[in-house]
Amino acid sequence: MKFETSLPPYAVARTSVGRVMRLVLYALVPAALVYVHFFGWGLLVNIALAVLAAIAAEALALRLRGVAASDFLSDGSAIVTAVLLAFALPPLVPWWLTVSGAAFAILIAKHLYGGLGCNPFNPAMVGYVVLLVSFPVEMTTWPVPTGAEGAPALTLTQTIATSLTGVLPEPYAWDGITRATALDTVRTGLTLGQTMTEVMAGPQFGAVGGRGAEWVAAATLLGGLALLGLRVIRWHIPVAMLATIAALASLMHGIDPGAYPGPTFHLLSGATMLGAFFIATDPVSAATSPHGRLVYGAGIGALTFVIRSFGGYPDGVAFAVLLMNLAVPVIDRWTVPRIYGHPG
Amino acid sequence: MATPAARGLALPGFKMLAATPPMRTAPPPAVAVLPLNQHTGAPAIPCIHVGERVLLGQCVARAAEGVSASVHAPVAGKVTAIEDRPAPHVGGAPTLSIVIDNDGSDECANALIEPGTALQLAPEVLRERIQAAGIVGLGGAVFPTGIKLTRGPRQRIEELLINAAECEPYISCDEAALRERAADLVRGVAVVLHALTAERCTIALEADKTRAIAALQQALAAAADARIGIRIVPPIYPSGAERQLITLLYGREVPADGVPTDIGIVCQNVGTVLAIADLDTNGLPLIERIVTVTGHGVRQPANVVVRLGTRIGDLIEFCGGYTADAARLIMGGSMMGIALPHDDLPVVKATNCLLVASDQDLRPRSPEMPCIRCGECATVCPAGLLPQQLHWAARERDLDGLTRLGLEDCIECGCCDYVCPSQIPLATRFRSAKGMLCERSETRERAERAGHRYDVRAQRLEAAAAAREQRLKEKRRSARRPADADPDPGPDR
Repeated sequence: MKFETSLPPYAVARTSVGRVMRLVLYALVPAALVYVHFFGWGLLVNIALAVLAAIAAEALALRLRGVAASDFLSDGSAIVTAVLLAFALPPLVPWWLTVSGAAFAILIAKHLYGGLGCNPFNPAMVGYVVLLVSFPVEMTTWPVPTGAEGAPALTLTQTIATSLTGVLPEPYAWDGITRATALDTVRTGLTLGQTMTEVMAGPQFGAVGGRGAEWVAAATLLGGLALLGLRVIRWHIPVAMLATIAALASLMHGIDPGAYPGPTFHLLSGATMLGAFFIATDPVSAATSPHGRLVYGAGIGALTFVIRSFGGYPDGVAFAVLLMNLAVPVIDRWTVPRIYGHPG
Repeated sequence: MATPAARGLALPGFKMLAATPPMRTAPPPAVAVLPLNQHTGAPAIPCIHVGERVLLGQCVARAAEGVSASVHAPVAGKVTAIEDRPAPHVGGAPTLSIVIDNDGSDECANALIEPGTALQLAPEVLRERIQAAGIVGLGGAVFPTGIKLTRGPRQRIEELLINAAECEPYISCDEAALRERAADLVRGVAVVLHALTAERCTIALEADKTRAIAALQQALAAAADARIGIRIVPPIYPSGAERQLITLLYGREVPADGVPTDIGIVCQNVGTVLAIADLDTNGLPLIERIVTVTGHGVRQPANVVVRLGTRIGDLIEFCGGYTADAARLIMGGSMMGIALPHDDLPVVKATNCLLVASDQDLRPRSPEMPCIRCGECATVCPAGLLPQQLHWAARERDLDGLTRLGLEDCIECGCCDYVCPSQIPLATRFRSAKGMLCERSETRERAERAGHRYDVRAQRLEAAAAAREQRLKEKRRSARRPADADPDPGPDR
């Protein structure tokens, strides 16, 4: 009797790129729900716009590269990039900003380097940074979170209209509904000579960090732990990044509590949690080996802390990630693990 | 020192398919086909002619020089051919094989050793008999056992390790052997200990082989041999790989460029030791082995004692034949086996398992995607490699990079393959990359030899030219000498 042949192993695990991407998206659902509660429908509008733009950009890029679109369009990686970018953007940015950011991330940061698996930089962060540098006003216009004075209560339709037209509905005005983020306030306050205690007494702050934002961070942490439990990501990068931030923050806070916020603030503010579990863990642009990942995560944590405390931007996660992306080839080269039977 | 040896996968075993029913014995084949390269090393050299009648157990092909093993007739009968026949190995190229028609008599040749006297023979003699019996590692590596048991002059063997881990899914021949022939195994261990002049033996089994463990404990209690102990390892694939098992049990790593003997350990498979026990019991060489016939594509899976040279198709028939959805015929387990193109091939010494896979047993790969650098492959690699980097280097044909990253330490277990979300056939890539490395070293060797030849020739030509110069000088000097002898030529000249 004749048989067809194939190559071993003859049974492989039920895994795929698509599955990895899907699990990442599911893990973002808690964070998305909390985000929408505090900051309105803008996130969902941005997600929709970014995803559409990303898929269109991916299809175009695949066409230009002469690659069959079917496998790649369904692998979900473009959608994950788009969703992460949407999380990083302020919820009421104009539609063209979201669309151009997503398109840039996919076309330039991903496909120009060779597509899936070949990008040296995290595409979502590239998109975010390009937008931040190009449109600083729009990118730093964050709304007041729900529950605080002046918080807007826009319906979904109103949010879509705002996004498309750039005009707020009656009776809101941009000055009235927007406010600096917690990190921004800390930086400004410290520059003005206030101490941390004085700064944190302001209305932007909740229990330990930015009002609303600290809950989003907690929900992101939950999703991140789920990803860890499902082994979609491994512990090295998140633990290294968070531990480094916490250690540096504790150190500086211990030296001068009035001038440096403590570790809890840092961990629950800005994009720390999102960065630790969803952005820095992007496998394509991260380091490879276990020790390499510890170095990579620690580097991101250290750079984030330095940029936040001494640099020119309120949050440093995006820049920290991109800078460490640059270092990945060297990190990989110097952290090749010991092979069985060879001396250490 | 953190060791990668503990890494691997907890795979569904599927062992109960064949391990549940009792072991069976297949009838001797009508025709036995014996490839001469069914062991590691040089193929055996035929020592009989076509038309000759051979007896059961008679040596039909002698081991060649160096690492090699003999082949013996598994049946008595007439040698009808010595010719190229298809053989069940990677590539499937036809190999020189001896074909014997069974005359049904099962008349035995002279015993290789007097039955029951193995322990009285001197160790060197015993080892030489084991080698003469054509016994090779029956766990799949088929390394000639007599050679393996012969250690170098400076190596002392402290421990004999019997590898009964059998970690690959579907294979259960060792487990069945332990359940039903534990006493024979213990006897075989005593013989091997004598051959090695070693004092201790550990039999390692995976934790989930409960019935085998119980049978073995009973046999050990009955034999009351204090030198032999049992150790249990967790059921992780591939903890039964020789080096990984040694590290799991003893905490020491086998050096990459060495063998277990270098750290005083000799590792043997259960089937091999049973073959040695059989040599002592009835003086017969290796003519049969236990094969696991399993998978959802065969009607009556079981472990079967089978004569070497039996046609695989006939063996499957003995086990009830194929079911309607038999899709693959795999020699080996589901992680490292070879898919055979048809069943008209003989059972050889390496045939530990015939997995007739149906769709229930298969979970094939989806189309390959680019590597997303997730690193899962490195997390499970029991050799501590970075399969991801090896993959990139193999794509670039970066042979130096492959060597630096340790391609030669890859044991081809397939764990990286199993977990890859991008469905990249890593183990296969590495196998062919090893071929590239082999090719390169062969080319280099040839170039070196050519360079050496050139140097020798250049030297020879130089020497010849120098000799010629010398002769010319001599000639000129002797031509001038008569004039020199008379310093004052005078006006007469």
